[in-house]
Parts: sequence; structure tokens; C-alpha cells
Amino acid sequence: MDSKQRSNYVTSIADNHLILGQRLGELCGHGPNLETDIALTNIALDLFGQTRSYYQYAAQLDDAFASEDAVAFLRKEHEYHNVLLVEQPNTHFGFVIGRQFLFDAYHLLLLEQLQYSADATLAAIAQKAIKEVRYHQRFSSDWLKRLGDGTEKSRKKMQEAIDALWRYTDELFEMTPIDQLAVDAGIGVDLHALRPMYYQKISEVLEEATLVLPETNYFQKGGKQGRHTEHMGYLLADLQYMQRTYPNMDW
Amino acid sequence: MTTTEKPNIQEHLVSILESVADPEIPVLSVLDLGVIREAVEVEGMVQIKLSPTYSGCPATDMMASDIKAAFAQKGKKARVDLVLAPAWTTDWMSEKGKQKMEAYGIAPPLEPLADKEALLGNQKLVKCPQCGSTNTHLVSQFGATACKALFQCDNCQEPFDYFKCLK
Ligand SMILES: [Zn+2]
Repeated sequence: MDSKQRSNYVTSIADNHLILGQRLGELCGHGPNLETDIALTNIALDLFGQTRSYYQYAAQLDDAFASEDAVAFLRKEHEYHNVLLVEQPNTHFGFVIGRQFLFDAYHLLLLEQLQYSADATLAAIAQKAIKEVRYHQRFSSDWLKRLGDGTEKSRKKMQEAIDALWRYTDELFEMTPIDQLAVDAGIGVDLHALRPMYYQKISEVLEEATLVLPETNYFQKGGKQGRHTEHMGYLLADLQYMQRTYPNMDW
Repeated sequence: MTTTEKPNIQEHLVSILESVADPEIPVLSVLDLGVIREAVEVEGMVQIKLSPTYSGCPATDMMASDIKAAFAQKGKKARVDLVLAPAWTTDWMSEKGKQKMEAYGIAPPLEPLADKEALLGNQKLVKCPQCGSTNTHLVSQFGATACKALFQCDNCQEPFDYFKCLK
């Protein structure tokens, strides 16, 4: 695996965090109440912090990138390799919690492996991030249970969100050629191996939340190849606005 | 993963570092917070290794520039590098720092097991920094910043921040 490929691998991990962080950031000042508003934006901040560490490293590895900002803000839509799950909109609070819950369970499993990466920088980022993501998972699982095992209305809305988002879960475990190269080099995570643990964990929490495990064999994919849902363009327009309008702006 | 190594901080740099406050909790110095992992002067250049508390902590960049400014005032050049591993833990916070934090109105971190019980709401262990009662309850797992949770005291009714254990 050459350093450009390694940079691609690092970026593909971080893209999930950047896009999910952006979605959560949209809720800043718009959360259903103060506590959840603060929690969601804190989670966004953790994700952005992790993203920065990954992108700084990616920019070091590939001189095609001038800086971490170039990686974050100056790519075109098809050059982002995040999974479709994270770009799904904040339709209602059930969707926010459902999307977070489905991502956190994956994220934690990923980091538990990545912390043993033969790449010392990746291992260090993972060791740091894992402590933060444990809090994220606790938050999203608690809310999932509270809404699922709540009123008739909250249960219905939570189930609706899980049913709608379920089709994006399998993509989390899709192995791209870059993922495979990273596994072969001892620096990456074998995503196929995480799949059974993921669905096991998810179904346990769903049961506790008195929610029904969706039964479908239809899964939507393409994000890892840069083929995104229609929501992505709008998200990027927001995300990239400042850099596009004032090139090279800095804080 | 070892997280208990003592930081390598040269004696003559301590007082300068003590003068640099955490921008979020100004009663704590960067030394109290335990984020300085190394401070050595090599050929007129002070080299600092800084371990951020949380990945996305907005105070990290500010701490780095405040540190450089503090050394510049003493006529010293300083370079600050971020180090992620081993990851920062609340264990690195000094005892003196925890006391100052409590006096400032933020409940300091408990031990990991106690922290978990408190955050899950199983046991009342977090002490109100206003009246000292442990008759308190969790309001939100995330407080004003990612490192804190929001609690309320059921004795004096005051809301307060609890600095979560990170280990
Ligand atoms: Zn009190």
C-alpha cells in the first residue's frame, strides 16, 4: 500500500465523521430542548476533532492535498467516500437518534480494532476517539430506549426512523479495494468480521427499546464509491460555502 | 496502554507553564489539567508536547498559542506539538487541580466505576460543589462542553457541571 492509498484509506474513515458532524451541527440552536441540543453539538465537535486528526494525517501522506482544509472543503461530491447513512437528513428527532445509534454501534466496533493498527498514527487517533465514542453510544442508546419504550407516538416515530434507515446499514461493512489493501497491510480493519457483532448488538438494544428489527434484504449502497443520495449536494453546499466564497480563509 | 507515565517537564519551565490558564476553566493551569506531557529546552528552543483533552476541544489551539505567548514574554521561543498517544485521561489532572475545580463550582471526576454508576443514575455519588450534598441527579450526559455532564443538586436545587471521568 503506497502513501497515496494510505491517505485514501484514512480519508474514507474520516469522511463519515465529517458528514455526520455536519448533519449534527445543523441542529445547533435547533435541538428539541437545551440538553439534547448541547449533547448533539458536543458529539459533532468530537467528530470534527477526530476528523481533523485524520485529515491532517491524510494531507501529510498525499502532497496532492495542500492542507487539512483542502481535504475537508475542496473536494467534489463524488470524491467524498462516506456511507449513505451519515448524509441522511434530520427528518425528525427519531431520525437523528436512529442515525446516531446505527452509526455509533459501528463506530465503536471499528475503533476497537483500529486501535491495534500497525499504523501508529491511526492507532493513536483511535485510542483517543474510542473514549469519546463510548459516550456517544450511551447517549444514542439511551434515547433510543426512551423513545422506543415511551409513548405510543414516540414509539411509532422511532420505529419509522429505524425502518427507513435500516437499508443503509449494510454498506458500513462493505469492503472497497482500498479497505482490502489496508487490511492486507495490517493497518486497516476487516469490516466483514464486524458485521455479525454489529447486528447482534443492534438487535439487543432494539429489543430493549421494544422496537421491531426490520426484515428486509434490500440494502442501498454507493457512498463508498462516491455515488451519493440527493441529500449530499445540499449538505456540501452548506459545508463548503465559506471556503468556496473566500478561498483559503482561515480562522 | 500505559497512561500513568510521568511527564518530562524541566524544573525551570514549571513556573511559566503554571501561569498559563485553561481557557475554559481559568482557575486551572495547563499543568493542573495534565495536558503537558513534555517541556524541554533544547538550544534556546522550548519544545512542548501537548495532549488534548478531547479530540474536538476548541480550547486546544488556544492553549497552544497561550503557551507560546507566555514563553515569548520571558524571551523564549517555544514550539508546541500535539500528541494523541497515550491519550489524555482525567487521572493526569493534579489533586490540587481537582480541589481548585471544586472550589470554582465544577464537581471533579470520580473514579471510573463510581463515574459509571453516577452517570447511569444507579447511585448518588457526585457531590454538589455548592453545598457538599451527594443527593444529586444527572440532568444531561453532556454539559456546557464535551468534558462535562450537567447535574442538579436535590438538596440546594442548584444545577452544576460535573467533569466526567475519561479513562
Ligand atoms: Zn447542593
